[in-house]
Amino acid sequence: MKILREVLWPLIAVIAAFVVGGIIVLLIGDNPFATYYYMIGNSFSSLNDIGYTLFIATPLIFTGLAVAVAFRCGLLNIGAEGQLYVAAFATAWVGIKFGGTVVDIFGKQEDWSWTTLPPLVLDPFCMLTAVVAGALWGAIPGLLKAKFGSHEVINTIMLNFIAVALVSYFTQYYYKIPGDPIMQTAEIGPGAHIPRISQYIHGMPEFVPLSIAFLLAILMCILVYIFLWKTKWGYELRAVGENPSAAEYGGISPKKQIVIAMTISGGLAGMVAIGEVLGYRYRYYDGFSDGWGFLGIAVALLGRNHPLGVFIAAVFFAVLKRGEIFVDIETRFVSKDLVEVLQAIIIIFVASLQKFSRK
Amino acid sequence: MSELFTPTFLLILLFSTIRTATPLIFAALGGLFSERAGVINIALEGLMLAGAFTAAVVTYELQNPYIGFLCGLLAGAALALVYAVAVIKFEADQVVTGFAVSLLMIGLPAVISAAIYDSAGSTEQIAKEFLLPDIDNRLNIASILAFILVPIVWYVIYKTPFGLRLRAAGENPAAADAAGVNVIRLRYLAVVLSGVLAAAGGAYLSIGQSSLFTKAMTAGRGYIALAALILAKWRPVPVLFACLFFGFTEALAIQMQGVVKLPSGEDIPVQFIQMIPYVLTIIVLAGFIGLSRAPKALGIPYKKES
Repeated sequence: MKILREVLWPLIAVIAAFVVGGIIVLLIGDNPFATYYYMIGNSFSSLNDIGYTLFIATPLIFTGLAVAVAFRCGLLNIGAEGQLYVAAFATAWVGIKFGGTVVDIFGKQEDWSWTTLPPLVLDPFCMLTAVVAGALWGAIPGLLKAKFGSHEVINTIMLNFIAVALVSYFTQYYYKIPGDPIMQTAEIGPGAHIPRISQYIHGMPEFVPLSIAFLLAILMCILVYIFLWKTKWGYELRAVGENPSAAEYGGISPKKQIVIAMTISGGLAGMVAIGEVLGYRYRYYDGFSDGWGFLGIAVALLGRNHPLGVFIAAVFFAVLKRGEIFVDIETRFVSKDLVEVLQAIIIIFVASLQKFSRK
Repeated sequence: MSELFTPTFLLILLFSTIRTATPLIFAALGGLFSERAGVINIALEGLMLAGAFTAAVVTYELQNPYIGFLCGLLAGAALALVYAVAVIKFEADQVVTGFAVSLLMIGLPAVISAAIYDSAGSTEQIAKEFLLPDIDNRLNIASILAFILVPIVWYVIYKTPFGLRLRAAGENPAAADAAGVNVIRLRYLAVVLSGVLAAAGGAYLSIGQSSLFTKAMTAGRGYIALAALILAKWRPVPVLFACLFFGFTEALAIQMQGVVKLPSGEDIPVQFIQMIPYVLTIIVLAGFIGLSRAPKALGIPYKKES
């Protein structure tokens, strides 16, 4: 019964959002059923499609978990976007400095690296950098809240803008190859690349960017579950989320938990860099995130802040995202932006129906 | 550096500041109504976009910026009403819902624009004579309206019974209720009013400063307006100065780009100027420059005791 109730309200919200979206499609002059078919129908029809859908789901799982952990402590982390930006740049920086990157500047070779570490050392180093950079950026609003009581929502929004500006500054002035018209850093060393799933699965095209970061995302779902429900630390974190004053009375410091929760949240968001930088683009690329930090809020909300729910919700949103291109091509009037509209309506419905699901 | 601060440059900077501050003033004053009544308004960004898009479409179709502007305000009011129903009636989380409203207004205009103009990225270009006019080629009438609004909002908030009730609803709704104030109705009104004002800021962007709507053209101005509101401690006159200051940093970043160089001959990184409003907001929130105290009941849904 409990599981049914957990699933029922998110499901109602999704259906209601699709109904509203369908009405919009009708008003525009297209067939809603056909449109939804294009959006969803192709996502698992071949190894190529499955690969792409799960590739899109990967960052959403990380940001969904990030937002969920903060939520469990009573915090709203709108800053996952900034955290993953900082993490992506830091990861690319390590990949360049320790990966033996040599760049070609108008025909002249220049060594930008300090050293070339072997892949077995470099890969974990890069991954750790992603986590630590995200965690540090996430810890800032946590510390600000714990120390000064300033609200994490405003601070994380501000830190998103600061992160984007800061990273764009370093990219433009220090790590962009002169003459490159695109705002991106030089490539990381090949030793920093992580394996793609297509290596292990016969029939999945090599160009599918699904990497072992997806497996890491699944692992993190399990670890977050164990942390939150099977450890003392997770219990304390949730206790603060349920009732801070009761937790404090019970000897738990809400301030400490707030910092811990935001740090973990930031670290999880930072892991987006692993798949994106080490498994896909092999560099920091300005504007690489498709709003994943923000979508993480939708994922966590729809997934009821539970790792399993987050995983399912992330795959669901990935399906929509994967289908948007087919909507663009196949329908007469509907553009791919319909997916953004659906995402927004789903959030509004889930948030509005939460009142009933608590009863 | 000496030739930089010539009277001409300073004058350009001044008018540029007024231009960039205009949408912020509208939106921040809008946010002021909503937040003073106890409803967080992160939806400002989306409300601005609703105004910007509607104004651009109607102005292009009817070739009349005033009707376009008014329709923009109506769209802002309508969207704000949706937000108000979600957060007041259904008690949905205000931050999450406000954020979703902003997300909605990134996608929805693109969907409509793609359907009617076959272009998701932007609406059709409006001819210059059908835009909100500039006075003396410098000051847009919307900017003047924004400046006039400041004392009006001040008067309404502090000197009218409506303003008193509004503040009471945001500080102590239960006491206000006991004194006969209809807190729920007042909050609806405040949120809708914030939609109208934020939409005015958005409409200025699309049919005053620019001549068409482009996807997500507010580029975070709704959040900056919110920051200005916090910096100004939810008071109308300081809101004006906060918005002017944030407008100034934006204007400075624009005017200095490629013009002003460091002694070493390099460009001054605009990113650092762009960061100023955000860093300042964090510092102020932390209480380093006076304490910024929010209305007491901000963000708490009101339930009537029965």
